[in-house]
Amino acid sequence: MSPGCADAPIRKERGQREVFCGLTGIVWLHRKLQDAFFLVVGSRTCAHLLQSAAGVMIFAEPRFATAIIGERDLAGRADLDEELDRVVGRLLARRPDIKLLFLVGSCPSEVIKLDLARAAARLSRLHAPAVRVLAYSGSGIETTFTQGEDACLAALVPTLPEERRAAPPSLLVVGALADIVEDQLRRLFEGLGIAPVRFLPPRRSAEMPPVGPGTRVLLAQPWLGETMRALEERGARHLPALFPLGAEGTTAWLAAAAAAFGVPEGRFRAITEPGAERARKAVERQRPLLAGKRLFLFPDSQLEVPLARFLHGELGLVPVEVGTPYLHRAHLAPELALLPAGTPLVEGQDVDAQLDRCRTLLPDLVVCGLGLANPLEAEGFTTKWSIELVFTPIQGYDQAADLAELFARPLVRRTRLVA
Amino acid sequence: MELTLWTYEGPPHVGAMRVATALRDVHYVLHAPQGDTYADLLFTMIERRPARPPVTYTTFQARDLGRDTAELFQNACRAAFERFRPAALLVGASCTAELIQDDPGGLATALDLPVPVIPLELPAYQKKENWGAAETFYQLVRALAGPHAPPPGTKRPPRPQGRKPRANLLGPTALGFRHRDDPQEVEKLLDLLGVEVAVVAPLGASVADLARLGEADLNVVLYPEIGLPAARYLERTFGQPWTKTVPIGLGASRDFLREVADLLGLDPEPAIARVAPRARWWSLSVDSTYLTGKRVFVFGDATHAIAAARVAREELGFEVVGLGTYSREFAREVREAARAIGLEALVTDDYLEVEAAIAELAPELVLGTQMERHVAKRLGIACAVISAPVHVQDFPARYAPQMGAEGANVLFDTWVHPLMMGLEEHLLQMFREDFEFHDGAPPSHLAATGPARPRPPAEPVPAAAEGSVRWTPEAEKELAKIPFFVRGKARRNTERFARERRLPVITLETLYEAKAHFGR
Ligand code: SF4
Repeated sequence: MSPGCADAPIRKERGQREVFCGLTGIVWLHRKLQDAFFLVVGSRTCAHLLQSAAGVMIFAEPRFATAIIGERDLAGRADLDEELDRVVGRLLARRPDIKLLFLVGSCPSEVIKLDLARAAARLSRLHAPAVRVLAYSGSGIETTFTQGEDACLAALVPTLPEERRAAPPSLLVVGALADIVEDQLRRLFEGLGIAPVRFLPPRRSAEMPPVGPGTRVLLAQPWLGETMRALEERGARHLPALFPLGAEGTTAWLAAAAAAFGVPEGRFRAITEPGAERARKAVERQRPLLAGKRLFLFPDSQLEVPLARFLHGELGLVPVEVGTPYLHRAHLAPELALLPAGTPLVEGQDVDAQLDRCRTLLPDLVVCGLGLANPLEAEGFTTKWSIELVFTPIQGYDQAADLAELFARPLVRRTRLVA
Repeated sequence: MELTLWTYEGPPHVGAMRVATALRDVHYVLHAPQGDTYADLLFTMIERRPARPPVTYTTFQARDLGRDTAELFQNACRAAFERFRPAALLVGASCTAELIQDDPGGLATALDLPVPVIPLELPAYQKKENWGAAETFYQLVRALAGPHAPPPGTKRPPRPQGRKPRANLLGPTALGFRHRDDPQEVEKLLDLLGVEVAVVAPLGASVADLARLGEADLNVVLYPEIGLPAARYLERTFGQPWTKTVPIGLGASRDFLREVADLLGLDPEPAIARVAPRARWWSLSVDSTYLTGKRVFVFGDATHAIAAARVAREELGFEVVGLGTYSREFAREVREAARAIGLEALVTDDYLEVEAAIAELAPELVLGTQMERHVAKRLGIACAVISAPVHVQDFPARYAPQMGAEGANVLFDTWVHPLMMGLEEHLLQMFREDFEFHDGAPPSHLAATGPARPRPPAEPVPAAAEGSVRWTPEAEKELAKIPFFVRGKARRNTERFARERRLPVITLETLYEAKAHFGR
């Protein structure tokens, strides 16, 4: 018998989903790729979603916008290609700093079958060499929340430069990470003697990493199925691993690279042990508060399974339901193996039924999206809103304690407030 | 196609959600893809409602498109009805579902549910949030009050002797700018005239309340953007008059009393004498002299912008240098109001245009929406928010109406607060060179996060106290990556950590050791 939940059945649920669409990825991608601009071709709803998800927090002129399709466009009174060219022209005139433009498809653009890939190719020719234009879909009928990043990076892959034929193996870390995390990881790889190490997405569009058969890929996020597939088509190889959450996850993730690059055991230990020890100690401090607490995760970002693994393995929480919008069995296999056997796993959603289960199970801590958090708090549940897990640096040794703290804080708060 | 960075209004179905959420016992089944569920967070996070909005989304996916999205919709209606048992069901489509043309109205009606089903046709590619709210409210009133209408042409019977006159308050919704508090204040005004409130709708009303809207003697339209079509319908159908004055500010509150009294045949004067907000005296007091002629720029929905311009001029003695709105439906009214004070109104929903206008006019105070607040912050201009679109800060814990007597007080306080206090402003003029009291400094009673005007260089930084520790350039660089609001604390903690351990140099390693040490 295999351990944990490696072969556990996953219940698929269909019904009302309460998750963002892939457009939301723009909120962090536009901060990461500093000379890229994201132009959603969609409706007022899409613009409003972005605005609401981003909050007015980042009001400084954002590097994203929406080309709102209007009645005239739909009635065929305006030529959609011409309209798009005009909008893009106006945008680029306003923002000469933009080097890479993404046309992002939405539900309306998909339903009217607007061919954004073709439009991107045309606009690329028009604005070459100053600006490159690519297209991907972040539509809610095709993508859920973090899948938008997957679609974006997958669109980048075919455009990445070809690795030199004779080049030695290189490591590619895929998935947007906070700059500070990226720098920490870079130093660890340097210590391990792994080089060259490159990141996708890079901070600037001129620093696109080359790929080829020598490329070994570590996924930094669990939602990158399409991107990995596209990289494999370019000859790159995936290094299966836990995701770098917590001390254990980070060590296992680094170990996968170390094994592929033949890093001697002693060196690996010498480089990783101080960080791992620090992380363990810092995480341990939250353990008394969290151990034994029952945890319910609503589907949101696809981080649910790695989070449940971390919270169970390093903090002793007991997952009573792990919901996820989509579960990539292969990429999550090492994670699933570490979940306690019998953990209910649910893919997809029927939000009302799930709320009923949550009310029956009475977990001590609920991880859920922004639409559900306050209503559940009002019912007496303690919640952690999940979007924060996507927007804050949580990967690596030196963020492990921060990650633990994110879950501890709501519980601490409940104990502090006088009833 | 229209290039949009930020929008003042959401799509029309969000307006419908605001009405559905305001009511007590309706449910809205919205044919929409999963991403559209973001709208729930507007209500649960921004307004901090303790319950989910009464909305079921069908969340159809691409794979459903070729097959039966219509069946999906019908199943969602049935399930929502079974689970929530609403007294009436609203059905409609968001922008995407509008394109696939499933006819939610027809599909829902075919289910033969034992409650009224009200189909909403909200053209997502033409209209916006406020229009959607107004249309939804109108359709609800027509469907629910309509059946109680007298035969056309019937004259409204006179009010029975001895019964107090009654008024409905129309327009407040969920997620509205201070809609939560305004009705209470208007009720106080009406009480001064001896007028009772019959129904407040949609906020807090039930389906049964909507059914009896026709019984009142008068409709008070609090927010024309939302309540006007319903009020016009009720006038046509039940012969109920409606008020045109929105009681924001002292002058408008008194005009409102006059209008109501006039419509109901009452004497307004005793009531008018009793509306005496403190703000009136605050404005007359000598401390307020410095407010005279302050140049203000006003932008918001039509109702709040027009009202703010009047209050700014007549009750605070400001000079209004710009007036505009994003409510195209009410452009005419705003243009008239602007013309009356010698201005050309700015009617646009492009915030870049608004920003340009503000930059050009360089006012001393901006009265606008959350968008203008950000623009003003960037330009280093004081600002107070007077209108939707809203932000979590626009739902204060305290009672903070805009209308009536207390509303006038709230306006005085919130508009004057961002400005320099009188004497402070004078001293500043006198001692321009003072390094911590220079003209780039924000008002002393506001946090240093205020206007980001250039400060004089060389702020004296207190040198690291006892036992100096050195930072390696690498660690220093790392520190700079920590968000500014915790950076100071991180520096102090790390230095303390190093000193306690007698480490002469702070390396990256030390930084993170310290972080782990102090981490809670
Ligand atoms: S779900 Fe579709 S229509 Fe809705 S915001 Fe996302 S892309 Fe736009």
